[in-house]
Amino acid sequence: MDTFVQQLINGLTIGAIYALIALGYTMVYGILRLINFAHGDIYMVGAFVGYFLAFQLGFATGPSLVGLTVVLIGSMIAAALVGMAIERFAYRPIRKYARMTTLITAIGVSLLIENLFVARLGAAPRAFPQLLREQSYTLFGNAAISKSQILIFAVSIALMILLQWVIFKTKVGTAMRAVSFNLNSAKLMGINTDFIISFTFALGSALAAAGGVLTAQYNPQIDPLMGIITGLKAFVAAVLGGIGNVPGAVLGGLLIGIAETFVVGYGQNVGVPTTFRDAVAFAILILVLLFRPTGLLGSTVQEKV
Amino acid sequence: MPTLVKRLLAALVIVLLLIAMNSYMSEAGLFGFGVPPYYARVIMLAGINIILAVSLNLITGFTGQFSIGHAGFMAVGAYSSAYLTVYYAQAWERSLGGMVGGSLAHALIFLLAILVGAIVAAVAGLIVGIPSLRLRGDYLAIVTLGFAEIIRIVILNIDKVGGATGFTVPGYTNFLWVGAFAVITIVIVYNIVHSDVGRALVSIREDELAAEAMGINTTHYKVLAFVISSALAGMAGVLFGHYTSFLSTNDFQFIRSFEIIIMIVLGGMGSLTGSVFGAIVITIMPELLRQLPGDLSRYRLVVYSALLILIMLTRPQGILGTREFGLSWLKRARRRPEGDKPVGTGGVPIAEQEPPSAIDRAKEVKNQ
Repeated sequence: MDTFVQQLINGLTIGAIYALIALGYTMVYGILRLINFAHGDIYMVGAFVGYFLAFQLGFATGPSLVGLTVVLIGSMIAAALVGMAIERFAYRPIRKYARMTTLITAIGVSLLIENLFVARLGAAPRAFPQLLREQSYTLFGNAAISKSQILIFAVSIALMILLQWVIFKTKVGTAMRAVSFNLNSAKLMGINTDFIISFTFALGSALAAAGGVLTAQYNPQIDPLMGIITGLKAFVAAVLGGIGNVPGAVLGGLLIGIAETFVVGYGQNVGVPTTFRDAVAFAILILVLLFRPTGLLGSTVQEKV
Repeated sequence: MPTLVKRLLAALVIVLLLIAMNSYMSEAGLFGFGVPPYYARVIMLAGINIILAVSLNLITGFTGQFSIGHAGFMAVGAYSSAYLTVYYAQAWERSLGGMVGGSLAHALIFLLAILVGAIVAAVAGLIVGIPSLRLRGDYLAIVTLGFAEIIRIVILNIDKVGGATGFTVPGYTNFLWVGAFAVITIVIVYNIVHSDVGRALVSIREDELAAEAMGINTTHYKVLAFVISSALAGMAGVLFGHYTSFLSTNDFQFIRSFEIIIMIVLGGMGSLTGSVFGAIVITIMPELLRQLPGDLSRYRLVVYSALLILIMLTRPQGILGTREFGLSWLKRARRRPEGDKPVGTGGVPIAEQEPPSAIDRAKEVKNQ
């Protein structure tokens, strides 16, 4: 029982990170019907901006809450700018073209960011400075929760509530929902759709960057290719929950995080090697899509001729 | 000249060319001239990539079903055939060699390995295709990607084929094999596309609902195209494995599938010559960028990805679009200097894809 609770906590921690990244995928998809393959790399960029901020501003020397806040917010702002720049220069010019073209461009942007970082910084992993005095609290039984895990839960829940507020309670959020419902009609209603799309990229990128910095606190190793597999799983999480659906992304992220931890923790008891950790997300996705083709919370769309 | 004679002549010329090229590419060379090994390697990989791109074009370019799992089927072909050649080939070659002679026995066994690789990949394609092809668009894409990753991780856990340490495979592939199978692949896909099956596939791409309404069993054709495409990818995998002589599951990550998609989009989806062209460009481009002066060569992959984005921004329909490059194309271009409207080749009505018309856009919006 203790190990079960422990696994659940660890799974939810990873899941919360996946959820933060999945939100960006789902929002961009909801508005542009574009799989933004560069999103996983934004998560990496966020972690690296945090890394350099911590060193440049002198927070790397010891744990400090101020340092953590500054690094977190700084990297979110930087990633938002990067996301907006990508949208402006790579995606906007080809928005009207076929899906395949935009997809290849997204892959191109992703490769560009990865290769640029590898060329500039080398592919070797770097140790992210600890901005939080790591400490473990024992819950009931022997299950423990670390400070960085609490941080991940607190920040990600706060950001998700903030996102929910932005989407449902603000004017920009209303416009975002209108654009995702129908871009052309929204334009006719006088909504500046270019601005809304740009804003969506900024929002999603900031969340991914937060995920990057938070992961780096939990598992302090960052490298330029860290975004590939995490990004892919976050995308799977978004599709699993129903792409374009905000609560779905969170649900999908948490599910995949838990499933992954359980495969590592319990898989060997039933003959599943731990390397299946990376496969389980896809296996769940395939199973769900076969029975619910639009994901867990996705709405079914009636096809019209 | 009757068509049959014409075709036989063409086949003969191709075979002779391939044989000449093969000895030219070998270490001994032809009449004292040979291709340096580095160039030979690039040419071989380009040939294998041509098979991959042309086969993916059948399902993605002509049928319009977006698959990003091609590397998975390539892996299935590579590993299943390697299992055969590593564990059984030597014994078989010895016993068969006594009957028909060493080199012929060798060739027969490699041919068998290629067939096995293609068949196993086809079966994998069938298993993956039947459930997945009920999904559409991006969902199909992500599911094929998922299947490919699962295939890769399953292979990673089979100790008999090396698992995580990799698998050493005999190096059977030479240029003749790659060239011959590249030609065979192109002929197979060309013939499918220009048959009634091909018309059904293109109609599915253009409008699946309308195709269904016209009485086309869309599921049947989609699965058929998917299985053929997988079998050809498996074949490419066999050639790849027996060329590099070493298999690692890292060679079959999803980035590989992306690479193949990039080839066909770059060349122009729905164009066979485009796929060939795209495969050659994508194989050669990173190698050419090695020649960048000094410090810049460190950035060759950065330049590569930037070029990719640039091509997409400036020529989103790919270099050839849906057109085919050929002699008739040259003739047509001369007759109509500005005539770029894609006229279906061989009677296949190929609608202009890009940029989408206002009606298509409206329909897409409505369908969302």
